[in-house]
Amino acid sequence: MTDTFMGYARKDGRVGIRNQIAVIPSVFCAAKVAERIAYQVPGCVYFRHPVGCSQVGEDLEVTAKTLIAIGKNPNFAGVVVVGLGCERFSPYELAKGIAPSEKMLETVVIQEEGDSLAAIQTGSKIAREMQQIASRQTREEFPVSELMVGLNCGGSDMTSGLIANPALGYASDKLVSQGGSSLLSEITELIGTEDILARRAVDNEVARSIKETISATEEKLRRQTQNSSNKARTHLISKGNYDGGLSSVVEKSLGSMKKSGNAEFCGVIRYGHQPDKKGLFLLDSPGHDGEVSTGEVAAGAQIILFPTGRGTPTGFPGIPVIKITGNPKTYIKMKENIDINAGAVLNQEKTLEQVGEEIYQEILEVASGKHVKAEILGHDEQFCVTRLP
Amino acid sequence: METATQTKKGALVIHPDDNVAVALSDLKKGEKCSVRLGESEQWVTALDDISFGHKLALCPIGKDESVLKYGEEIGKMSEVVNTGGWIHTHNMYCERGLK
Repeated sequence: MTDTFMGYARKDGRVGIRNQIAVIPSVFCAAKVAERIAYQVPGCVYFRHPVGCSQVGEDLEVTAKTLIAIGKNPNFAGVVVVGLGCERFSPYELAKGIAPSEKMLETVVIQEEGDSLAAIQTGSKIAREMQQIASRQTREEFPVSELMVGLNCGGSDMTSGLIANPALGYASDKLVSQGGSSLLSEITELIGTEDILARRAVDNEVARSIKETISATEEKLRRQTQNSSNKARTHLISKGNYDGGLSSVVEKSLGSMKKSGNAEFCGVIRYGHQPDKKGLFLLDSPGHDGEVSTGEVAAGAQIILFPTGRGTPTGFPGIPVIKITGNPKTYIKMKENIDINAGAVLNQEKTLEQVGEEIYQEILEVASGKHVKAEILGHDEQFCVTRLP
Repeated sequence: METATQTKKGALVIHPDDNVAVALSDLKKGEKCSVRLGESEQWVTALDDISFGHKLALCPIGKDESVLKYGEEIGKMSEVVNTGGWIHTHNMYCERGLK
């Protein structure tokens, strides 16, 4: 028998764990109007970003794919697209991309409404109505195979690779073994482990893709570090890492990799794309906390699992971010921000497996409606679309 | 129970294949520490001062032999280390180019 959770059925067959209205600007010029609409109608979330115009080629393409995919994420019951009217990434293209999800969807264009106040009024009325319709939907029981979690760590210290990440790996493995999905990313933090990760690939093609993805990132970093005139900016492994007991880049990357447990990799996903099956995937994204989470939510993740040794308060609009620390001191200091104290392993009060099970149970509870601390406090800093040079 | 967990010096083994453990508190040379892997426990005496988060050998590891953590090679020894000895950049090297 597989575990279950209580979620919201979507018309495209996906399952959401939250039921909010997303207000998404197609361009940065519409950001304030989107924000004001969300403030007028509590329960809406908005997505401030600095992109959508003066971009070309693959960079603009990734922006477009990502914003569309955020709109399609099943955690949102409806989407209000807000455009300016003259931007490169048209609000109508954004809405057209989201439309196949068959969720509630309307577009407000500032230059067509007349001015920002008129656009705020129109958008607020639309959002109000969507919110009322969404409020009638109730949760239903679904198998955990409908869940996709994004793995992402930040503000790491030596307890992350030692305790929080391996414990999270246990939880990820348990979800994947029941048909669920999990995303490992932060390619910059995986350099040196490509052969190890490739051994976990489901077939040779995936193995090759894993190696290519990591070596492409390494090449890019090598070019960037060679171009730097500042020697202090050329190391992937910092003095703090060495002082903390890490002796090689492979050791550091292994700690990061352990978030994904021991499951097989089914494939590699490009930024802004979604997997076409279930299981564990590698998402091609640089290591920036926000860019990683955004890529994972675009891929379809309903929850982000976030180990943090030093402690960070950040969250994501409409997507619960479960904070896990392996450092018991951080848990005490930041208990208003951290959800799970994996530091109990450090104090020798619990085993890694016990904390891993605790994380897994928290995933089920949060999927069924329990709010995480970042959600309650309104943290939404992690929405951040990646840019290509 | 509470006092026992506070006074017992510990180290953690991450994977059954590992030949190192990670110190969970600062260890003094000659101090005995409890090394845990899941539910099992063994006692190892620290041969050096070993800081919190640093590695100690669980068995003798020869020159150019692999140092295993997470069940994988993180580098090789540049000199022999005995059980309980500190392993770090002074006696371990990694052939991986990017630092």
